[in-house]
Amino acid sequence: MSDVLLDFVRAARGTGIRISPAESIDAVQAMNALGWADRAALRDGLGLVLAKTAEEKAKLAECFDLFFARSDMKRPEAPEAEAAPDAAPDAEAPSCAAGEPQGGGGSALGEMLRAGDLAELAARMERAAEQAGVRNISVFTQVNLYARRMLEQMGLRELDREIARGGPQAAQLRQGRDWLRGEARALVERNLALFARGETEKYREEMLRRARLSSLDRRDVERMRQLVRAMARRLAARYARPRKHARRGMLDARRTLRRNMPWGGIPFRTIWKTRKIEKPRLMVLCDVSGSVAAVSQFLLLFLWSLNEALSGLRAFAFSNRCIEVTEILNQLPIEQAGAEIMVQVGFGSSAYGASLEDFDRLAMRELNHQTTVLILGDARGNRTEARADLLRDIADRSKQVIWLNPEHPLAWGTGDSDMPRYRPYCKLATHCATLDQLERVIEDLLRASA
Amino acid sequence: MDGGARLVTSIEAVESGLDGFGYIASRQIATAVFLAQRLNKPILVEGPAGVGKTELAKAAAQWLGLPLIRMQCYEGLDESKALYEWKYGKQLLYTQILKDKLAPMLGDSEGLEGALAKLHGVGDIFYSEQFLEPRPLLKALQQPHGAVLLVDEVDKADQEFEAFLLEVLSDFQVSIPELGTIVAPVPPLTILTSNNLRDLGDALKRRCLHLHIGFPEPKLEARILATRAPEAEEGLRRQLVAFVQALRGMELKKLPSVSETIDWARVLVLLHARELDSQIVRDTLNVLLKYEVDIAAVEPQLLAMVDKAKSDALTPNYGVPM
Repeated sequence: MSDVLLDFVRAARGTGIRISPAESIDAVQAMNALGWADRAALRDGLGLVLAKTAEEKAKLAECFDLFFARSDMKRPEAPEAEAAPDAAPDAEAPSCAAGEPQGGGGSALGEMLRAGDLAELAARMERAAEQAGVRNISVFTQVNLYARRMLEQMGLRELDREIARGGPQAAQLRQGRDWLRGEARALVERNLALFARGETEKYREEMLRRARLSSLDRRDVERMRQLVRAMARRLAARYARPRKHARRGMLDARRTLRRNMPWGGIPFRTIWKTRKIEKPRLMVLCDVSGSVAAVSQFLLLFLWSLNEALSGLRAFAFSNRCIEVTEILNQLPIEQAGAEIMVQVGFGSSAYGASLEDFDRLAMRELNHQTTVLILGDARGNRTEARADLLRDIADRSKQVIWLNPEHPLAWGTGDSDMPRYRPYCKLATHCATLDQLERVIEDLLRASA
Repeated sequence: MDGGARLVTSIEAVESGLDGFGYIASRQIATAVFLAQRLNKPILVEGPAGVGKTELAKAAAQWLGLPLIRMQCYEGLDESKALYEWKYGKQLLYTQILKDKLAPMLGDSEGLEGALAKLHGVGDIFYSEQFLEPRPLLKALQQPHGAVLLVDEVDKADQEFEAFLLEVLSDFQVSIPELGTIVAPVPPLTILTSNNLRDLGDALKRRCLHLHIGFPEPKLEARILATRAPEAEEGLRRQLVAFVQALRGMELKKLPSVSETIDWARVLVLLHARELDSQIVRDTLNVLLKYEVDIAAVEPQLLAMVDKAKSDALTPNYGVPM
């Protein structure tokens, strides 16, 4: 019985629910406590043990219904087939004639079809599915293959031979065979839905992480956003912890007393609850001109999802001029904020010099030795003045300047790219065109200040 | 399972048991309590405010006949407030007494070595249970017949505290360095509640049964209302439920919860309302909605909503599609 449950756990993992081995052990125990009889209770129970958020619960319930759907196929049909073998339940089910003399050497499968023993057929099909390894199915093109394998396990060849031999019931048997094929396909498709989803999702996710952010398909954008949020959550969980708020100089009475036991409890040495922790202060300058806009959106989404691990995060967007967008991002949900920023400064042709001048005016005074300035842009200023001297000032005043460039380093300095002139002032200048690269840069940033 | 805790035999038993103490449990909730008892696992209850998370622990304690030990979490909560603390004052007094008593005792011994040997011979109770001040977690573990431990709003505590909870919750034991490990004779039925202020760690979630209590379905809410505000008449209750259910379908800053429905019912009874009308609803809307913007959003539609609630109240499922 627990094998079935383990398969279910595997299927549930495929839908994206994270289930640890310890939880699957819990699931077995829960199942033992609840029993198999009450389906709703079992579903609730598994939901309690395995799914740890409301979304996961919904996914799990759906998976449960799909997974245990097959037991429905047997239940209503079996008693009918026994009671009145003549009255075949559905049009699609094989009809059969009782009491017919057996055509010499009929196949076992033909026998069952003739007898209309649906319960036995369903059970056999389950067994054949098991043997054919249907649960290893990974792509939809394998459906026919597995269905065929299952039918062969059940003895399709003999049935074919019997049908070929002709005889009074050949037509009926042929009908039965078609019905069987349909059932087998349905079973394989159900398994595909259950077990292959995880594989496909994983593969797509992998692809998306490496895809260039600037050339994403529209339909992938939503998935990408989810992916970014998940990444940010992971990073935030890892780095938010060690730098929880500092405990403002409070006397640690407990430790002080214990420390001073040798002096009869007179506090010679005081112990304070102080832990000064620094979060990275970050100012982000995002190029939102046509060429880099897509990457900028993801960078901003990433940083805003990271909020709890950062403090004093401020964002600026520029194309031919630079404005602060922190407020917009704080107030609107990120999708709308992106559009709003675009309306305000986006899609122009970029002028780095002018934008740096704006930044100088807006925020230069607020830079200090704790601030990291993160610039995302391709450094292509359309032959306007570069004003690298301003970047030098920024670098002097801040802790570091990091430049993320969606172009490959080989292209830096070609054409109107001013990258070589900015580069000397950057502590790090790196290629950043995919989500993987973006994650690496931000993780390094967090780690360095942790 | 022995001791005073009532043995839970089935999910139905949980349902009717909690019912007896005024808590109408949905099937999921009953299953959770049942499994928690069987598997000895804590329940992590999440959901919006006012759907009866804390109430569940209270009702369970009453039903099982166990003491309810409650620990309210907040930022900065630490071991000394949650688990145990030494009685420093008494420890200090003890050292004073020791000094007085030791002088005559050690006086006749020869040299330092002899005095030390004598000192080691004296039983040391400086760190012993006598000087231990148990806090809620330790108290819950020490109950001879088990207890219901309610760790309220665990999401408000720091992450360090969450990590510390893990030991307590997975094995129902705590280690006190000076004394050793204290194991609960009967594991307490533990209920943690969270308002989703922050994401709880995976490790904690993994050790718990995760129960999500959402807003109840209309029929369940009507039953809750019948138990909690029986003084309201059946017809009024049905209208109330239909109205609140409709409110929850709207885009509001804070949706009204079960506790607000109950409050509202009591308010309407006090005002001698026999059925909803738009005037009385307008006057009492602030019981249901806690934000000015929400009230402003609802008010223009009030007339239509009250009419709709009245007609919905006559349908079997309160106008909500099954």
